[in-house]
Formats: sequence, structure tokens, C-alpha cells
Amino acid sequence: MYTLTTKFKVFAIIIMVLGAVMTGVGFLQAPADQAAVEQMLAEEGAHGDSHGSSHNDSESHDNSGKENTMYNADESQLETGYITSNSTQESESTHAITPHDAEDHSGSHAEHLYHQLANRPWAAVYVACFFFFMIGLGVLAFNAVQKVAQAGWSPVLFRVMEGVSSYILPGGIIMFLLLLVTGLGLNHIFTWMEPGIDDPTSEAYDHIVAGKSSYLNVPFWLIRAGIFIVGWNLYRWNLRKFSLNQDENPEGNVWYKKAFKHSAMFLVFFIVTESIMSWDWILSFDPHWFSTLFAWYVLASMLVSAVTVIALVTIFLKGKGYLEYVNDSHIHDLAKFMFGFSIFWTYLWFSQFMLIWYSNIPEEVTYFVSRIEDYNLLFFGMVAINFLFPLLILMNSDFKRVNWFVVTTGIFILIGHYLDIYVMVMPATVGESWFLGLPEIGALLFFGGLFLLYVFNTISKAPLLAKGDPFIGESKHFHY
Amino acid sequence: MAHYEASIRKPLVTGDKTYADVTKDIAFPVEGPANKQWWLVFTIAIVAFLYGIGCITYTISTGIGVWGLNKTIGWAWDITNFVWWVGIGHAGTLISAVLLLFRQKWRMAINRSAEAMTIFSVIQAGLFPIIHMGRPWLAYWVLPIPNQFGSLWVNFNSPLLWDVFAISTYLSVSLVFWWTGLLPDFAMIRDRAITPFNKKIYGILAFGWSGRAKDWQRFEEVSLVLAGLATPLVLSVHTIVSFDFATSVIPGWHTTIFPPYFVAGAVFSGFAMVNTLLIVMRKVCHLENYITIQHIELMNLVIMITGSIVGVAYITELFMAWYSGVEYEQYAFLNRATGPYAWAYWSMMICNVFSPQFMWFKKLRTSIVFSFAISIVVNIGMWFERFVIIVTSLHRDYVPSSWTMFSPTFVDIGIFIGTIGFFFVLFLLYSRTFPVIAQAEVKSILKSSGNKYKEMRESKMTSNPDKASGDPLAHPSE
Repeated sequence: MYTLTTKFKVFAIIIMVLGAVMTGVGFLQAPADQAAVEQMLAEEGAHGDSHGSSHNDSESHDNSGKENTMYNADESQLETGYITSNSTQESESTHAITPHDAEDHSGSHAEHLYHQLANRPWAAVYVACFFFFMIGLGVLAFNAVQKVAQAGWSPVLFRVMEGVSSYILPGGIIMFLLLLVTGLGLNHIFTWMEPGIDDPTSEAYDHIVAGKSSYLNVPFWLIRAGIFIVGWNLYRWNLRKFSLNQDENPEGNVWYKKAFKHSAMFLVFFIVTESIMSWDWILSFDPHWFSTLFAWYVLASMLVSAVTVIALVTIFLKGKGYLEYVNDSHIHDLAKFMFGFSIFWTYLWFSQFMLIWYSNIPEEVTYFVSRIEDYNLLFFGMVAINFLFPLLILMNSDFKRVNWFVVTTGIFILIGHYLDIYVMVMPATVGESWFLGLPEIGALLFFGGLFLLYVFNTISKAPLLAKGDPFIGESKHFHY
Repeated sequence: MAHYEASIRKPLVTGDKTYADVTKDIAFPVEGPANKQWWLVFTIAIVAFLYGIGCITYTISTGIGVWGLNKTIGWAWDITNFVWWVGIGHAGTLISAVLLLFRQKWRMAINRSAEAMTIFSVIQAGLFPIIHMGRPWLAYWVLPIPNQFGSLWVNFNSPLLWDVFAISTYLSVSLVFWWTGLLPDFAMIRDRAITPFNKKIYGILAFGWSGRAKDWQRFEEVSLVLAGLATPLVLSVHTIVSFDFATSVIPGWHTTIFPPYFVAGAVFSGFAMVNTLLIVMRKVCHLENYITIQHIELMNLVIMITGSIVGVAYITELFMAWYSGVEYEQYAFLNRATGPYAWAYWSMMICNVFSPQFMWFKKLRTSIVFSFAISIVVNIGMWFERFVIIVTSLHRDYVPSSWTMFSPTFVDIGIFIGTIGFFFVLFLLYSRTFPVIAQAEVKSILKSSGNKYKEMRESKMTSNPDKASGDPLAHPSE
């Protein structure tokens, strides 16, 4: 059995505290109101860029100016908190001049910037929170697939998978609390939640978002999130229980059969809830935009990160002398999944991007325009990381059996998929004022520390070999 | 591949089959005479094929006007049939390549016929674009070959051209993959052949296979490499077929989920067709011990899973059409579900999403008759899916005055029937002349998964339960 060392605990806690402090500073640095931003802009004008760079990168100001002229229509969508109308969509419904638009440019610019900067720490926390939650959920789904497929190679890794998926309990609670405070209006990262957005008399009225309000409304949105998180946790709790019971009473495979049935039902539940979850939690950041592939694209990101974390945790434990039955064939198989899912992710990324780029329909293509304009390096960089690294490093069969290569690729995959989520969330929340600074790295450290602490604590709670599994013999003797 | 197998796995070769039995059973349909049923079915297939040739000749000599197409619906049965056949052609390479990568031993009983089916159905698919050209003798114009016709050059921006590349590559690789697997089996037939003529023919087909260790080593290596190459190819073919529609700006066609959803649908229809063919073949060729109920059950499960994935995609499309807030998208789907083609839409829904759900019940998915019925239903449903996507999106375009309906002429129907006939002609000839099961591969799992050897092991296990496999070959230390 694995024991959690004090050193490990202290390390995780230090990361969490450090992350919390950095995130806290990020919140404090966010401007308190619009006046603060106006003052900041004024100071910036007086002192030049060197002063302003402590608040956000100076480059973003240049970009925003360019975008105002080139993609005016798109900006209204990006303009957080104040979607007025998307003039490219349908001209007859466009409110030619809202009071907000009529304001002089410097005022609206300051307001615009204020919303972006105020959103930044919230969005940073959101991305990190979702990223680690998604890993836990992805591992849970992968575990269910292994059960249902009656895989013979993987049972020696079941305890690792159960450990990683346990994170969806604390991760799910925090995720729900974050959604709750967002729904209560503590922040403005979801523009469709703005009051008056579905009220034709309001200046914030947006007829496209109003058309979706029977689905996109805070109570329904929170209820869905609650049901999903409870459902996933329920299955995960049962799966763990059945797995431990099977070890105690392997006769007749009663618990194994139970786990099999629950896993099959869970996968049905999962494919539906995962789709809705990705629409609710990510797609709706850009409430005008839509893509039918989106849910499966998020799923691919989730699965590749999940398998990577399984591989990293396995290699870590193996390095500490645990998991005696795991051999390099198991690592080889995990690396094959990392390779395969990376290609699959790229396939979906390309399908979504290419079809929208090729058709060039304004209401769709804005999504990629804002990413290419404001997030160019990040957007294409993360595709390069997520595709080229796994492709080139893990293509060779022998490399998949070398821990060093698997770990290196794994780290790149995790960075790449964090950036993937980042590029999905940020353009609609902070727009061109993005930066990878204190709140982003802080939130990542905080949730990373929590993840490590909780996951390894669960792993230390049970024997590392699911000895009662009927396929454990195959897995022990697994040789490719 | 490890030889140890958990005791709860059911045997993949039933009956007390030895290595010699495998050889005899699989060579039997090739060496024995054809029975009456075979001649009957073959005659029907030939007649259908000849009728199809007649309709094709009529189309080409008269013009595409003999089809039911009109000014609004410029694509209907032709492309529906094309996509349907390409989709069916997916299961073969999926079974042999993807299941090989996933080390699924049960593929070995079905991969040969599935690959044959793939090749034959891709041939049917390829006919339609060529006929649709009107002047099939100019079909080579779709290839980017240097020419002296002035500015004649292919349009690389068009997904239709990507289709040409994707499908011809897929056909070539599938053929190579199929033939590689066939080499040791052709050699087996050659070595058993009695007449010099047969010996000569099968000797040529076997490419001089000698059965030496080096042959086997290269065989294993090339199989793995081809599986690795074929896997992205399987995905690419139907992805690019979906691009034919999705790159356009037609509501109902332009949707990003199309690539993976078409692939899932293709696997779905391909497995259904494999089930249709193999349920009959196992009976006619007496291969029940190789293509067992468990094989049929597993194929049914694949059908259920892919059918459900397709179902999720249908629902996603419906939801997103509403969610998009785009009037045209919304109407396209409303029209599908409630318009004049609602019967086609609901046939599709019932056949593809509803009917596979019966496979949740073990009793039904292990029933031969029921599996056969569902496989036919799924084949029909997948034809309707393509028809619904293509025709309902076209028949009511942006100008209501040009809204029309499509009704096929006897030529449309005749060509479709002709391709079904052609397909069965090829498949029936194959089943008489080729080893329909990859006997060399089946032999490789006989020790680990054959009933005879499993039972031997079980009886040994009871006396020595702590030791892993009891097989002295796999675990010499015991």
C-alpha cells in the first residue's frame, strides 16, 4: 500500500498556499471600478508603456485599436457584460445606436477594459478549476470504458484510475460553488447572464441571446450542473465501492458484474451530460456562437489529458517502488492512448476549424477571428504542442516504453490542453487583455496542489492491486 | 500477445477443433462443389446486376435527365447510394485495422469477409460519381495528371476532389491489407490442391509463400504497419465524404459534427452489413464454430454503441439548430422532422437510433434471427439517413417558389438494384474461391481461446489453482 509522505503533503500544501496567494493578489490587482481604469489609462498615457505593463501587457492596447476598425461587429460580441447586438447577424434587428455605443470612444474603451480586467482573475480561476475537474472526469470515463470493454491489460492500473477520478468530489463541489457565485452575479464572465439581456426595453437587450433564454438561464443552468456533478460522483462512489468489495469477495464476480452494469449505464449518462456540460460551461461563454462538434472536441481534450495523468501517476508510483505488476508494456499502452487521443483531438480540432474557416459564415467565423487576431501565438501554439509533440515523440514504438519520453510528452500534453481550455474561455471573458500572469499561474498551482493532495491521499487508502478483478491475471501477465 | 487468458472469457472457437480441423473446415467451401442455394442466389444477383448495367447504359446513352433530378434537387439517389456504399465499406478496415490495434482476438473470424465486403462495396460506391459524370470515358480528368487540354486542371479546393484521393487511397490500402492477410491462406489452399490448375492459380495468388519463420516475421510486421496506416485512412474517407456536404453553406449540411458523426454512422452501417452477410455465410459454409454467437453478439454491441453515438449526433444537431438562433438552420431541421419528408426522417430515427437499443437485452442480441432482422433494419435506416440529409436539405431552398419534391425514376432504382446485384455477385464468387476465414490467424489463438484447449486448461487449473495459465508453452516456469 502506498503511504503519503509528509514531504509530499507539505509540497502540495505549499503549492496550494502559494497559488492561493498569487490568485488573491490577482483579485486585488483587478481594478475596483471604471474610474480606476480611466485613471490607469491616463497614467499610462503620461508615463508610457513601462508603467502600464504591471497591470497588463502593453501589446493588448494596440490590438484592441486594430480590432475596433477591422472587426467592429465581432467586438460587440467580445465586449464583456455589454453585448448590444451582432450587426452581422440580422440587420433589421440591430439597434443602430444604443446609448452605450454613442458614448465617446475613450469612455467606452475604459468601460470595456474595466470589464475585461475585472473578469481576468475569475476567468483564471475558472479555467484552472475546470481543467483539473475535467481530468478527474476523463479518468472516470476512461475507467468505465475499460470496465465495459472487459480490457485485459488495464486492471493493474484500476487503483490509479480510481485515485485520480476521486478528485471529482472536491473538484465538483468547487466547480459548482464557482458556477453558483457566477450565477449569483459576483462576476460577469458569462455575458448571457447580464440583467436585461432578454428584455426588449433594456439597453442590454440581445435578441439572439434572448432567443436562447429558455435554455440559458441561471436557475436551469445551475440545476443541470448540480444533477451532472451529483450523477458523476454517484457512479464514481459506486465504482470504487464495487472494486474494493470485489477484492474481498471475488467468488462469483458479483461485484465485478455490478460494476460492469453501472459502467455501461454511466457511459450513456456521460455522453449526454458531457455534451450538455461543455455547452453550458464553455460554449456559452460565446453566446452567439455555436458548433455541433464542440462537445466531442472538449471530450477529446478531456480524454487525452486524463490518460496522460494516469500515465504520469503510474510512472511516479512505479518510480517509488510501488505497482510491482506494472511493466513497460502497460506504459506502452498508455502512451499509445496518449498518442492516439492526441491525433483524435487534432482531427476534431481540424474538423471544427476547417469547416468554419472554409464556409466563412460571419456568425460562425467570428469565433476564430477573435482567436487568430488576439491569441494568435497561443491558439496555433497549442495546436502545435498538442499535435506535433505527441506525434513526433511517441511515434516510435520503443519510445513509448521509455518513461522519460512519456513524462516529457505528458507534460507538454498537459500544458497544451490547459492552453486549449484557456483559449476556449478567455477570448469571451478578458478579450485582448489576456496575460499568463499571477492569477492564471496562481489558480493553476492552487488546483494542482489540491489535485495532488486529494488524489494521492485516495491512492494511499487502498491496496494498489485490484486483486479480485477477474482480469487481473491477464493484466499481470500482460506482455505486448 | 500474451497467451494467458482469464477463465471468464468465453471460447472464440467452439467445438473440439484442432489445427487440422481448422484447415479442413475453412478449405471445405473452396474445395467442395457449390450447392443449389448458392446457384439460386447467384442467379438472382446476376440478373439484378445485368438490369443495373442496362440502366447504366441507358443513362449514359441518353443523359442524366433520365434520373429523377430536377432544378432544385441536383443530388439525390446517386450521391445517397454513393455515401451508403462507402459507409458500408468502413467495417472491413475497421475490423482488421482498429480491432487489430486494440488486440481484439474475435476479429480473426470475421476480418477476411469484412475486408472483402469493404472492397466490393467501395467498388459500388465508385461507380456512382463516374456514372454521374455523364461521360465516364473522361473520368480520368478528375486526376491531376499533366495534360494538353489548355487550362484543364483539377480544383484542389473542392472536397469532391479530396474524395477521389481519399477513396482511391483507401481502396488501394484495403486491397493490400486484404491480400497480405490472404497469403498464408492461399498457400494453404495451394498445398492442398489436387488439380495442377488449382495449384498453379493458388500458387500465383499466394505470391510464393513458403511458411518460413522469416515469412511470418515479415507478415506480422507489415500487418502492424498497414494497420497503423489504415486506421487514419478509415477515419479520413468518411470524414472527407462528410466534407462534401459540410464545407457548403446549406442549412442541414454545414455542421461541424459531420466528420466524426459520418465515421460513426459508417462503422454502424458497415457492421450491420457484416452481420447480414456473415449470419448467412456461417450457416451456408458450416462455420458456426468459428463465427460463433459470441461474435454476432459483439458485432451487435458495436452496432448498438455506434448507433447510440449517431443518435447523440442527431440530437446534438437538432439542439444546435434551435440554439444557434439562425432561422434557416431552425427551419431545415423543423422541415426534416415535420415537413413532407418527415416519413423518411422518422424511418431513419426508428431504424438507426431506436432499433439498436434492443441490443441492451442479452436474449435479443444473442438471437440469430433477431440480429439478422436488425442488421437489415440498420442498413435501410442508414440509407434513409443519407437520403434525409441530402434531399431534405435541398428540396426547400432559399427561394420558396423553387421548392420541389424528388421522385426516383425506374432508372434511379434500377442502378441501385444493379449495384446490390453486382455486390452480391462479387461476394458470392469470393465465398467460393477464397478462404473466407483467416485460418492462419485463427490458428494463432486456438491455444488461448479455443474451446478444446480452454477445457484442457480448466481441468488442470482445478488441481493447481494458484498457477496462472497451466499452459507449459506460455509459462514454461510453472
